[in-house]
Amino acid sequence: MSKERVPVVEQIFSANDQIAMLNRQRLNAAGVFSINLMASPGAGKTSFILRTIEGLKNILRLGVVEGDTAPVTIDSDLILAAGMPAVQINTGGDCHLDAVMLKEGLNQLPLNDLDLVIVENVGNLVCPASFKLGTHLNVLVASIPEGDDKPYKYPAMYRGVDVLVINKMDLLPYIPFKMDYFLQGVQILNPGVISFPVSCATGDGISKWCHWLIAQRNHFIGHGD
Amino acid sequence: MHELSVTENILAICEKHANENGASKVTDIYLTIGQLSSIVDDSVQFYWDIISQNTLCQGARLHFQRLPAKLRCKQCGHEFILKGELTLCPQCESMRIDILSGEEFFVESILIEKEEAL
Repeated sequence: MSKERVPVVEQIFSANDQIAMLNRQRLNAAGVFSINLMASPGAGKTSFILRTIEGLKNILRLGVVEGDTAPVTIDSDLILAAGMPAVQINTGGDCHLDAVMLKEGLNQLPLNDLDLVIVENVGNLVCPASFKLGTHLNVLVASIPEGDDKPYKYPAMYRGVDVLVINKMDLLPYIPFKMDYFLQGVQILNPGVISFPVSCATGDGISKWCHWLIAQRNHFIGHGD
Repeated sequence: MHELSVTENILAICEKHANENGASKVTDIYLTIGQLSSIVDDSVQFYWDIISQNTLCQGARLHFQRLPAKLRCKQCGHEFILKGELTLCPQCESMRIDILSGEEFFVESILIEKEEAL
């Protein structure tokens, strides 16, 4: 019997990351731009998707992948009612979507007939940050009622996103939310991240976001990466 | 919260390297985890004891090496270790800060036993 130390140095998320890369290749091949929408429960992810569908109507063909921990179709029913193809993924209690689940979700969407796929991750500010899906953009929907301390409490989430949406801006006058303190945390973790203050209740800020998203998608089509 | 998926990944990585190196048993696993990685050691250990049964890794001890979050101010160059909440640079109060380390999350090495060839 002999003992031996074997150096490994392998990232624990490497298996997921590899499948995420395959998802990205597949989306690229179909010419479909994609975003991974993350947020805490109740931040307004689904409302934001519905507003985005409205803003992009007759401009981009959307598909939506909905992740939920329970076998409910509340969210996907809303998307289908808005006239867009939607797939519901039940994570079976898991707190996040991973690359394999998205792969399954993409199987059920008519990718060749789509321009944009929006993935609604499970409402959670911890776990989804660790699992890459292969989407082109990671978008975080923060919201005013959650409080101004969230960047400090969930650094991995705030650090890893490309876009920050600040929803429920219409509630700002009623809630002790110090925007300076919030943005300071965001800046430390993710300097220069682009942000969109919006209200899904009133529709404020949505058209600016939609224009930006269309430009990103056009840029993607031009470059294919 | 996602420690089950994490633990399954750790097991897969360890088994792969154990097999590649002709191990008959894995006795110790050394994990490197940055302070900013949200992983609960006890929870990983809990799942580990269950899912490693009847594998090469059954009974292996998990060692968690935690690395502190090290930050550097882009403005004045001051380097500091994060204690508690994220802050402005303690020296010049700039918010332009680089995170140098603290986000690591990997299997560093494993200790294996091999049967001697007769």
